[in-house]
Amino acid sequence: MIWKIFLFLLLAFVSVAGIAFPIVENPIKWYEFPLIPGLEENAKIIFFHVPTAWLTVIAFLMSTIFSFKYLRKKNLDDDIKSYAAAQLGMIFCILATVTGAVWAKFAWGSFWSWDPRQTSIFALLLIYGAWFALRSSIESEERRATLSSVYSMIAFVTVPFFIFIMPRIMKGLHPGSADDTNTGPVVDFKMNGNMLLIFFLSLIGFTILFFWMWQVGYKSLLLREKLNKQLIRG
Amino acid sequence: MNSKSYSLFLKDFKSELRTRYAINALAMFIIVAISVILFSVGQEKISKNLTGGLFWVVIFFTAMSGLSRAFVSEEERGTALTLQLIAAPSTVFSGKLIFNIILVFAMNTVIAILYSAMFEAFIIKNFVLFLASFVLGNIGLAISSTIIAAIIAKAGAKGTLYPVLSFPILLPLILTSVQLTLFAIDGTSFERAKFELAIVVSYDIIMLTASYMLFDFIWKE
Repeated sequence: MIWKIFLFLLLAFVSVAGIAFPIVENPIKWYEFPLIPGLEENAKIIFFHVPTAWLTVIAFLMSTIFSFKYLRKKNLDDDIKSYAAAQLGMIFCILATVTGAVWAKFAWGSFWSWDPRQTSIFALLLIYGAWFALRSSIESEERRATLSSVYSMIAFVTVPFFIFIMPRIMKGLHPGSADDTNTGPVVDFKMNGNMLLIFFLSLIGFTILFFWMWQVGYKSLLLREKLNKQLIRG
Repeated sequence: MNSKSYSLFLKDFKSELRTRYAINALAMFIIVAISVILFSVGQEKISKNLTGGLFWVVIFFTAMSGLSRAFVSEEERGTALTLQLIAAPSTVFSGKLIFNIILVFAMNTVIAILYSAMFEAFIIKNFVLFLASFVLGNIGLAISSTIIAAIIAKAGAKGTLYPVLSFPILLPLILTSVQLTLFAIDGTSFERAKFELAIVVSYDIIMLTASYMLFDFIWKE
């Protein structure tokens, strides 16, 4: 219980601080953010855009790991865990796409410009859209679990092309593109201490939130399965 | 194993020649797809870049219309169980893959010839590069569409899901192949297109390995 209150306070602090702390040219007080040239006030969305993108990756990675586990052990609980993770991944993927598009509107001038990163997150949306479509088309539980696990493994092997190769051969606007000189898709650390602190607090807070949501998600799915079986036995 | 998968391929080939279902469907689809593009273009002059992209649009949708036959026909005729009894999963996959590779090559050669006859802007300057990307792209297309066809055949919902499931898997291949086709149209040298060719080669190898490893799970389902 105590960690839930802690998580609430942490996320509340991150949201308030991320939105309300002022950006000034020479930060002196502890709550002032530095002015990053080229980003200005837009910089604040980093506290929400990067964690959602990060959680998209974590969620889909977990979904694939549990799919893999299902193929090894044929335990239907793993399939349910993978499904719960993918559901959350889809939500965070949409959030990352939307926050990214909003940021792009103000930083690059248009909501969507087929930057390599935008292409890859679009492909991720497509992959998981197809994955959910495949799952809903199959009646039998075991068959659904096996086929969707196989599809998620096949989709997983194409991910390196999107994440590591495409952004490096195509010219783009997102940090980490072929014509970009800074450190890569990770944040280039032009932020000062307190900005970094809030950024990492936000990452940690959102990650804990994700694992909590995931646990609630798969436990409720497991309970539903159990109740269904009891009803059938009746 | 090799002779067995070859005879499986021969079986498919002969039954295809007898009914000519896939060949007819593919041939008609090619004509339909190209004429739709021709009608929508009208008298407009389209640029070189656009023809390279449209070329792969035609290839993608034609592949999606016919390549799922390999496994769907087995499920429809109820012969999948017999195949499971007489051959190992990898043998079955090899046989189907050879059949699909030949089908893709035949189909794409026809598309390329018709396409270059119909579109004046579609002129290949670096023919060797085009041929290399064409061959590698065809192999990748055949591998991915064969493994997705196996999933589709087991999944019940046959027609509509196939392009939906295949597109994201084929996307890296299609994007790189479009790029390579544009290079070939522009007459870029082989040296400069090395990296893109390497991507297609690695895509083929990765998909081939993953398909052979995962096909057992699909086939035994």
